[in-house]
Amino acid sequence: MSGFTALDAVLLIPAVAAGVLALIPGYRLSAALNLMASLASLCVAISLLFIRPMGGNYLRVDDLSVVFIVLSTFVGFTTSVFSATYIAHEVEVGKLTPARLRFYHAMYQVLMFAMNLALIANNIGLMWVAIELATLTTVLMVAVYRTHEAIEAAWKYFILGSVGIALALFGTILVYVAARPVVGEGLAGMVWTTLVAKAGAFDPALLNLAFVFLMLGYGTKVGLVPLHAWLPDAHAEGPTPISAVLSGLLLNVALYAVLRFKMLLAANPGAVAPGPMMMAMGLLSLIFAAFMLYRRRDIKRMFAYSSIEHMGIIAFAFGMGGPLADFAGLLHMTMHSLTKSAIFFTVGHIAQVKGTQRIADIRGLTVTHPVLGWTLVAGVMAIAGLPPFGIFTSEFLVVSSTFARQPFLAIPLVLGLLIALGALLLHVQSLAFGEPSPGVAPSRASYLPMFGHLALVLAAGVFFPPLITHWFQHVARQLG
Amino acid sequence: MSGIQFDIAHLLAGGLVLISLLMLYQDRLTALINVFAAQAVALSLSVAWQAFVQDAPHLYITAVIALVFKGLIIPVALHRIIKRLGVHREIEQVVGIGPTMLAGVGLVALSLVVMLRVTKASDQLGREDLAFALSVVLLGLLMMITRRNAVGLVIGFMSLENGLVLAATGAKGMPLVVEISVAFSVLIAFIVIGVFLFRIRERFETVDVAALDRFRGERG
Repeated sequence: MSGFTALDAVLLIPAVAAGVLALIPGYRLSAALNLMASLASLCVAISLLFIRPMGGNYLRVDDLSVVFIVLSTFVGFTTSVFSATYIAHEVEVGKLTPARLRFYHAMYQVLMFAMNLALIANNIGLMWVAIELATLTTVLMVAVYRTHEAIEAAWKYFILGSVGIALALFGTILVYVAARPVVGEGLAGMVWTTLVAKAGAFDPALLNLAFVFLMLGYGTKVGLVPLHAWLPDAHAEGPTPISAVLSGLLLNVALYAVLRFKMLLAANPGAVAPGPMMMAMGLLSLIFAAFMLYRRRDIKRMFAYSSIEHMGIIAFAFGMGGPLADFAGLLHMTMHSLTKSAIFFTVGHIAQVKGTQRIADIRGLTVTHPVLGWTLVAGVMAIAGLPPFGIFTSEFLVVSSTFARQPFLAIPLVLGLLIALGALLLHVQSLAFGEPSPGVAPSRASYLPMFGHLALVLAAGVFFPPLITHWFQHVARQLG
Repeated sequence: MSGIQFDIAHLLAGGLVLISLLMLYQDRLTALINVFAAQAVALSLSVAWQAFVQDAPHLYITAVIALVFKGLIIPVALHRIIKRLGVHREIEQVVGIGPTMLAGVGLVALSLVVMLRVTKASDQLGREDLAFALSVVLLGLLMMITRRNAVGLVIGFMSLENGLVLAATGAKGMPLVVEISVAFSVLIAFIVIGVFLFRIRERFETVDVAALDRFRGERG
């Protein structure tokens, strides 16, 4: 690689910021710095849309990863805005000590670094290391409150995540073994671009086996049923900005890894189609999570199950493949990231003003906190897939392409969507309307991130710019 | 590769599988930790032999990490932890030794059948190495399922990871092996420190995972 490019910058900014944040006391300054660093990363990521630096053996950006990285840095930035007000409140009520806060901010940037690295890695070994680093940092952040529940959630996440990571590594090794006779020994056998170019000549049996391990390994991180057990706990017990980042970004990054390897298999004519496996796990996740939504008592846990549901839909769409379904999957992923993080921003403030995460203790939000309450209603409507929000568009596309390709699978798909819709509407009714529950303190929320996200989702539902449609279609064609 | 080199590599990799099976039926934590240390030493020898055979000096680093970190530091730390926890005498097993051993033998057979069938194109040593490595990985998973004690769980995970290192070094010329083994060591260090910290802060009366289940989120 020659010279300093945007690719290096997108890694260097969070890395340097993490180092500086680890040294700075005082949450106001560090929150501001966190925000600045995230903004800088976002600007660099956007520049990647226009100027594409030449890749090397380790780093590279292509049409697929640039979508992920812009989305990732954007949500990373808005979450840092939300995090600033959220954390200020946590410090005031004494839930976070200054030392832990410093740790929190440093870890936030390390997480951004790890996710950016995973997304621009042109090397399957490097990608694995980056996802492992992201897992480690999120485990530490989930445990940051040091309560019984937080530590238990972190421990569960740690063990399940580690096993997933281990299986993914075994799959990665198998890919290398399959590639070695064709591309030769050494670094070339792990470079993504080389692998895809020559995948046709790999041993298909070995690739199939590798994909099983990769799917199980990275699928654990995506939160697909039956590997989802860590996800609700980790979302519920950690700080809310982390729930937003987990749902909005980290699941996507893991899915990106799965997609990469799916492309590898698609390039090999002898290999088994990876689609059915992804579709089966996706549908299972959707239906399982839809039923689980009904009996939730914890508001963050409920939206964590909703994330499982949506990751199921996305995995299903990508598994079905083809230009339309891939397009729908990409769109749905983007919309879900934006909507779900907006919901977690709202829920974070709601839990703070009400002093509880129990659904039963939160009632009548539209009366006591009209802005938060109605934002929550809008967010839930969006996430449930009601028009005019963007998720309606993407779910409609997924369903219609299913009808065209696999009519019988459309039945469980639509059923799952409707069951989830019912559960969400049921819960939001008791949360937002009715007799208000105690806790009427005005909230000092930063409304900008949630409004911004929801406005984008609404805009996408009403009018989708042709430019972005073209772009997504182009990427979808690449996915094959 | 000449006959004797192949035989030694084969012997060491097979030794890892054998030690994994040994671990399955250890009913005391102290013994379990010692057997794990033995596996780490065997792994280190195996990696060192691969480094010599493949003429890949960077693999010696991985061998040294396996020997010092997993063969020495971790076992010593774990011995101290279980003494403090007062669980060094017994080990809880969910499933009996008989069925566990049968399942273990079944898993080894399964991985041999699967691996040898799909790797026909690869060289002899590579495919047998992979088959052994998959056995160690699966036996590690089995151990994680059958042990309820957190220390047993951690040892199961570490033995699983030994299998991964075996696979990575067996895949001739694989890049980033050293980096990956370092990354894994960091992960393991965090897990062990985590178990240790819980105890120091006395968050739990026990590190028994069953007790953790009590705190499952959906409270009240």
